[in-house]
Amino acid sequence: MPVTESIIEKDRQVTRLTPDPELPGRLERTWRQHGGIWGWLTNTDHKAIGVRFMVTAFIFFLLGGILAALIRLQLMRPENSFLGPDAYNQIFTMHGSTMIFLFAVPMMFQGFGVYVVPLMCGARNIAFPRLNLLSYYLYLGGGLLMWIGLLTNTGPDVGWFAYVTLSGPGFSPGHRADIWAQMITFTEVSALGVAICLATTILRHRAPGMTLNRMPILLWEKLVISIMVIFAMPAVMVASSLLLLDRLVGTHFFNPAEGGDVLLYQHLFWFFGHPEVYIIFLPGASIISTLVPCFCRRRILGYTPIVVSVIATGFIGFGVWVHHMFATGLPQLSESFFTAASLMIVIPTGVQFFFWMGTIWHSRLQLRLPMLWVFGYFFVFLIGGLSGVMLASVPLDTQVHDTYFIVAHFHYVLIGGALFPMFAGLYFWFPKITGRMASETLGKWHFWLFFIGFNITFFTMHFLGLRGMPRRVYTYTPDMHWQTLSAIASSGVIFMTAGVIVFIVNVFRSRVAGEIAGNNPWGDASLEWATSSPPPAYNYLYPPTVNGRDALWDALPDQPVVVGLRDDIRETLVTHSLDTEPQHKDEDPGPSIWPLLASLTISATFVGSIFTPWAIPVGAPPVIITLIGWLWPRGHSPTPMRGRESWSH
Amino acid sequence: MIPEATFHFAGLLAQAVPLAPGSHNILHPGAPQGSHIEWLYWFIFWILLAVYVLMIVGFTRAGAKSRVLSREPLPISEYPEGDRRAKWAVGTAVAITVIILFVVLAISVATGKRVAGMTTSKNPVTISVTGHQWWWEVTYPNPQADQTVTTANEIHVPVGTPVVVLTNSADVIHSFWPPSITGKRDLLPGYSTAFWFQVDQPGVYRGQCAEFCGLQHAHMGFSIVAQSVSDFQAWQQQQLKPAAEPTDQEVARGRAVFLTHTCLMCHTIRGTDAGSRVGPDLTHLASRKMIAAETLPNTTGALAGWIVDPQRIKPGARMTPNPLAPDDLQALVSYLRSLQ
Amino acid sequence: MEPLREPIRPLTLDVSGLPSVAFGEHNTTWLANVFYMTIEGMMFALMFATYFYLRTRVQHWPPGHLPPAFTYGLANLIVLLLSVVPARLAQKRAPSGNLRAIRIGLAALSAFAIVAVVLRIFEFTVLNCRWSDDAYSSAIWVLIGLHSGHLATELIETLVLLVMSFTPKMEGTRLADVAINSDYWYFVVISGLLMDFLIYGTTRFL
Repeated sequence: MPVTESIIEKDRQVTRLTPDPELPGRLERTWRQHGGIWGWLTNTDHKAIGVRFMVTAFIFFLLGGILAALIRLQLMRPENSFLGPDAYNQIFTMHGSTMIFLFAVPMMFQGFGVYVVPLMCGARNIAFPRLNLLSYYLYLGGGLLMWIGLLTNTGPDVGWFAYVTLSGPGFSPGHRADIWAQMITFTEVSALGVAICLATTILRHRAPGMTLNRMPILLWEKLVISIMVIFAMPAVMVASSLLLLDRLVGTHFFNPAEGGDVLLYQHLFWFFGHPEVYIIFLPGASIISTLVPCFCRRRILGYTPIVVSVIATGFIGFGVWVHHMFATGLPQLSESFFTAASLMIVIPTGVQFFFWMGTIWHSRLQLRLPMLWVFGYFFVFLIGGLSGVMLASVPLDTQVHDTYFIVAHFHYVLIGGALFPMFAGLYFWFPKITGRMASETLGKWHFWLFFIGFNITFFTMHFLGLRGMPRRVYTYTPDMHWQTLSAIASSGVIFMTAGVIVFIVNVFRSRVAGEIAGNNPWGDASLEWATSSPPPAYNYLYPPTVNGRDALWDALPDQPVVVGLRDDIRETLVTHSLDTEPQHKDEDPGPSIWPLLASLTISATFVGSIFTPWAIPVGAPPVIITLIGWLWPRGHSPTPMRGRESWSH
Repeated sequence: MIPEATFHFAGLLAQAVPLAPGSHNILHPGAPQGSHIEWLYWFIFWILLAVYVLMIVGFTRAGAKSRVLSREPLPISEYPEGDRRAKWAVGTAVAITVIILFVVLAISVATGKRVAGMTTSKNPVTISVTGHQWWWEVTYPNPQADQTVTTANEIHVPVGTPVVVLTNSADVIHSFWPPSITGKRDLLPGYSTAFWFQVDQPGVYRGQCAEFCGLQHAHMGFSIVAQSVSDFQAWQQQQLKPAAEPTDQEVARGRAVFLTHTCLMCHTIRGTDAGSRVGPDLTHLASRKMIAAETLPNTTGALAGWIVDPQRIKPGARMTPNPLAPDDLQALVSYLRSLQ
Repeated sequence: MEPLREPIRPLTLDVSGLPSVAFGEHNTTWLANVFYMTIEGMMFALMFATYFYLRTRVQHWPPGHLPPAFTYGLANLIVLLLSVVPARLAQKRAPSGNLRAIRIGLAALSAFAIVAVVLRIFEFTVLNCRWSDDAYSSAIWVLIGLHSGHLATELIETLVLLVMSFTPKMEGTRLADVAINSDYWYFVVISGLLMDFLIYGTTRFL
């Protein structure tokens, strides 16, 4: 028996809905955000913040892309004098750090997650919207810190991994490495904040009937990623904080002369660093698992194995970090263990690929624009995934590690695994976000330009690596015979740039001139398509209930809706984590300026601590005051609520 | 000041000794370990290529056979019979994946053992390599201090003999990587590790630092000169000698310039008062083919250009510019060129 | 044209009777607090791992220092363990809205926390090392510093709740916050226990 029926039958009134024409107006008033600049600063609507994450991350993507173009310009010719080593080191460090910390994770995890997850859960808003807003501001603060650093010639120049001792006090004087380490703190606190919001939303705000067994795969993946973030990000925060302490107050964690250890840093960094790869890959896979059944017009094949694979990826992802350290000369036993683990993680990824193929096999495939990008993903990501098998092998890894072969490999993995699904997802949810369809013609130009340019640039790099070209060199001599391949690699940038420009044009044109989309232009199954495009501030007039894995396809003609949430305060429904039985009602805290104030005091403390350790004691009281101001309750509940009888426990 | 033309940079590079093709290439190894790894590369490569082709054919075929031309969302459909077969196919594919991965693991571990396993049949040559920003200090340790050879960037090894490399770093992490001989090994400050390689064919093999180590990471090359055992021993005997005494006045003046300027604060020339170990040992500088860690050919012009303004050639290098008078410079270069 | 049909009106799931406050594991803030403690627990775990990793890199432990003197540390440990009693009292009485019991519990907890902070300051004076001496000293200082940060945060939070309990705002979800605050206090006590074991215990036999 479907769960919703059991909910209804259980001593609750069964009535048919009497539409209330006044309800939209009342909800609109209750859930409205403030207007103007004040409204922008205090906005706690997850849709606005999600879009803000996406737009900000995309701007950082463009900035990171410009740096990539500069790198390719420099390497186009041997002994090129376009960039000196100092500028080059800042640029390649900034390129990597921007793409990983300011683009890939904030776009794929935070951006899509914050926008899509509450809608897909059928919730009125994300859990802890103010924490969500704070997370955005801290992310923005970290990004600005690093880019202002670059523009003032204090851009980090020690690589996105900042290995000690090069990044330590002895070899990186000045504040470049400090800025990198503090940027890490900002962005990781942001990711952790969003992880808490998303995991809580998924576990507590799912629509009645959306039991764990019926949860869309995207929600499963976001839950797994959130938990991975919670376990992985502390490691990089410990690594970067200890590095900062070494640099600023003279501790010796990584100083070999005083009992410190350089490999300790690498262990801490890669304990985060490899799960990070899956934190970037899984959101992409979640988009693929969402799009494939929709455009194949059928249910996904192998729901349970795919979910199990995702969870397995989350686990195994924590057991492979040492394959980044094969060249350090570890004992052979641990080398074999990590080789085996690194190969094992291929299996859950393979399972997902096989089931996607099986889903497409017996289907009615509509090769619409988002699906074109999905096929691009198959072609591109597979190359990166397969060359990854080579890297799990210790002897092979000692050869190709830190060469352009690796550069090729991880661009196939990251651009294939994140950027292609990102464009697929952006085209897919574009109608939901803007209410209009994106142009398919421009989208196809975008796809082919980008696909061709990408392969020209990065496929070539495999050969450069095999010919012995190391990474992170600002130049090379002509007798190395790398110039022809380098020039070919550089030429692909033109196509990729053109593709991205077409995309931007498409977005700006389509959001005003695109075809009106309607609620559900793709005929998809998940709940976000049950509301208008773009959705109102309160997401759903009547929060939905769910009757199967594919919510809209399985809905009964008279599928129940949730009524009885108050419309004079921002009330949300909390359901049980496992069976989504309605449990109690929570109040959404609404717009607030305190997240901004808190982020300002926290940012001032973080940035100040780069220059003097006294910033911590001096900065702490303002931070505490803003946090107390944030949490101090304002206003009164209309009914007094002190007494056992008014709540459950 | 020296006229611009004497050290015209582009001109110097044009004279750079061209390396034999394949001396810096993973897929053209000149040593047994490199060959094992190359074999492993091709073994895995062909498996992966087959997998890739199958997968792409699968996706293309699935897409092509299922494609319908309709822009409107179609009603959803079910294929219970097909799905049952598809699940079997997926199960089989997963099983094949597991088998392939197991084969890769076994072959990889076996190759790893062959590459790393120590051969004890012959007396190995032991070399200690210490990474510096941005050059390689190379010593051939010997219990007797006066029998220890110290050189830089150019590593001579006898063919057919195992060479044990003891790694160390003086500052940041570097990585020792001669692609045509064997895989790389990080040089970690605070750690001393050992690995070995063997070269079977005489020749000059190039290598380069593979771990980002700061400003001049790009110009931190080295070369491995593999020569017959007798040639190697002759080279070793030559390197053990103190620096050649000046034979003419110009050279003697050059030595005086060396010993009265900043040179001796960083460099050693055995047989003179210069004994600092900050920079490379120059006792037999003239015997090396390249200078500045494989950046410039060891010619009179290049050497002069390097001495006068190393920052122009390797910006950020630890060596400071030396604005010497032209005749001082000429004498100094003559002296250094005499240090065979 | 098909004649317009009356659309089937959906059934309703009326949730108006559900409570608006939940205690224990059903509370959303409780869940967030669990995630938060997991994050902080990871930080502690990684610092503990760092400490043991550094141990493997030297011959003697502590390298060239006396182990930290344990007098204040032991006293503090006893204070922390005793403080569990008022924390549990406040937590148990929070759902009933018994303001008097909550105030007593929070006040006693604050008092214990203040004593713990004062003792902690003295602990810093008898560590027998300075953070800039060597990696061992750095680890000891960061371990105790990390925990002190949590102690201070928790003291402030408890004080805020104590003040709030004397205002009419102490109702509904705030009562649930009191209970969650106690959960977090247990976390601080347990992590303090482990930290004490590391810096006072392992430095004597490792």
